Amino acid sequence: MKLRTDLALLSDWIKPHSHVLDLGCGDGTLLAHLRDTRSVSGYGVDIDENKLIRCIEAGIYVIHSDLNKGLSQFSDKSFDNVILTQTLQALKRPDLLLLEMMRVGEEAIVTFPNFGHWACRFDIFFRGQMPLSRALPNEWYRTENIHLCTLKDFEQLCQTLNINIMQRAIVDTGHRSTALMRLLPNLMGEIAIYRLRLMPKVNA
Amino acid sequence: MPEIIPSDNVGIVTPQRHHFTTALALDCGRVLPQYELVYETYGTLNKARSNAILICHALSGDHHAAGYHHAEDRKAGWWDNCIGPNKPIDTQRFFVVSLNNLGGCRGSTGPISLNPETQRPYGPDFPIITVRDWVHSQAQLGALLGIEQWAAVIGGSLGGMQALQWAMTYPDKLRHCIAIASAPKLSTQNIAFNEVARQAIMTDPNFHEGRYYDYQVIPKQGLMLARMLGHITYLSEDAMRAKFGRELREGKLNFSFDVDFQIESYLRYQGRSFVDRFDANTYLLMTKALDYFDPASEYDHNLSAALAIAQAKFLVISFTSDWRFSSERSKEIVKALLDARKKVTYLDIKADDGHDAFLMPIPLYFSALKAYLKTVADESDEITH
Repeated sequence: MKLRTDLALLSDWIKPHSHVLDLGCGDGTLLAHLRDTRSVSGYGVDIDENKLIRCIEAGIYVIHSDLNKGLSQFSDKSFDNVILTQTLQALKRPDLLLLEMMRVGEEAIVTFPNFGHWACRFDIFFRGQMPLSRALPNEWYRTENIHLCTLKDFEQLCQTLNINIMQRAIVDTGHRSTALMRLLPNLMGEIAIYRLRLMPKVNA
Repeated sequence: MPEIIPSDNVGIVTPQRHHFTTALALDCGRVLPQYELVYETYGTLNKARSNAILICHALSGDHHAAGYHHAEDRKAGWWDNCIGPNKPIDTQRFFVVSLNNLGGCRGSTGPISLNPETQRPYGPDFPIITVRDWVHSQAQLGALLGIEQWAAVIGGSLGGMQALQWAMTYPDKLRHCIAIASAPKLSTQNIAFNEVARQAIMTDPNFHEGRYYDYQVIPKQGLMLARMLGHITYLSEDAMRAKFGRELREGKLNFSFDVDFQIESYLRYQGRSFVDRFDANTYLLMTKALDYFDPASEYDHNLSAALAIAQAKFLVISFTSDWRFSSERSKEIVKALLDARKKVTYLDIKADDGHDAFLMPIPLYFSALKAYLKTVADESDEITH
């Protein structure tokens, strides 16, 4: 089975044998892939019981939890990597979860649809309507995405939260990264993938 | 029993009994030189002896978990909806063992059994049994049946505590530990409820300090009250309202202390029928076992440290409306397991039935159990030593 664009890319960023937490893990595809190809251990987290059952069938260990309520069941720095794919924009307070991710993991990987993509801008500017695209397929009234952001917004938030961007990849929904995307990421990128680390505290 | 046994029922089962002559050293410091356990089995043990599941019962349960005892049997075993061909605990794939715990009143050695030293019923002289004592006795039963390692040990409520204790006491003797609607120890509120239940029994004029067998009476009123109180705590407020509301039994208020409301009638019925099938001394023992369970206490109250020794994979399930063993209590178990980096899956199932939910065939709950146990069965098939 072909892995979703952002998942295939971020897999390369995860060291073999790491301990990983996959937030909003869905049916466990990513964790199964990481387990089989990189001997990764860890848990998925999701709120949808039916998806949890898919995970159980796939032999993935999952914790039933609402990400909007934080990650209190996980201890500080208990994971090498905490992953949040295509879920940031659906959270009530993305900033709070980002901080929680940095608390429980050494590193975090976040992917989200870029609302600064030219097609989104085009829809708003010329059609005067909320965008519909491959990355954002649902109408505004039935979308789960309540906190859409652009690359620029996200990077600003990271700065505010003292989070270092270690690596960034910008792709389209077909896994491609073109020269134009690298030149104008916020305008041309459909999906953004970030590798994050909390900035070390500097004693004044 | 229905006239035609459904294809997903284990059918007619016969309890078995074994007299163990190996002395059992108990947590209380006393020794049971010999004892009997009554148990039932469903399904077939495979060649590799890798497909056995142990079912641990809760407070008032026993060995009769599935099927019927005879053709006129009105009710099936207490977990019949979960155990049978094609049910979550699939007897086509698993060999299921269910027993009546020590101290019980359904055949295993307990307060109503004759004390070999005095040839009188043990009564209050029966030692206080802990969850760990049960696990030791269950290990003896496993050995008797030739089971070196259980595919899974499963229990709800007090049964879940036994499953957890198994993972800590015999880490290499189970591959999966399934604790449903359970807790790592009772809350103060829980102990308080248990104490009220015990006081109801012990202050009954027919209790005679536990020697009521000698007087050929039973502390009916006390046991009935204990059970009524228990029932209230096992249901959720919503479930009770949905089932009974404020419905009047005779359609009018009687302005007396007889039964006015349906709920009163229900509780009295439950209490009365419990008296016919349960022993008061056993009730006291079982609630004490509940109160005493606290594996973390031996590890400086660090549950994660207590569970560190476990090798099993865990499935923990709780129910949203369970306030007697709330989801938060299961989450404590899960957090401890996560901290110890154990393999654990946790589900908090939406249900209106309160603590009783763990006995109900709630679709998502059973789907999850079925999916999990399918992986356990597949794994058991692969073992061919």
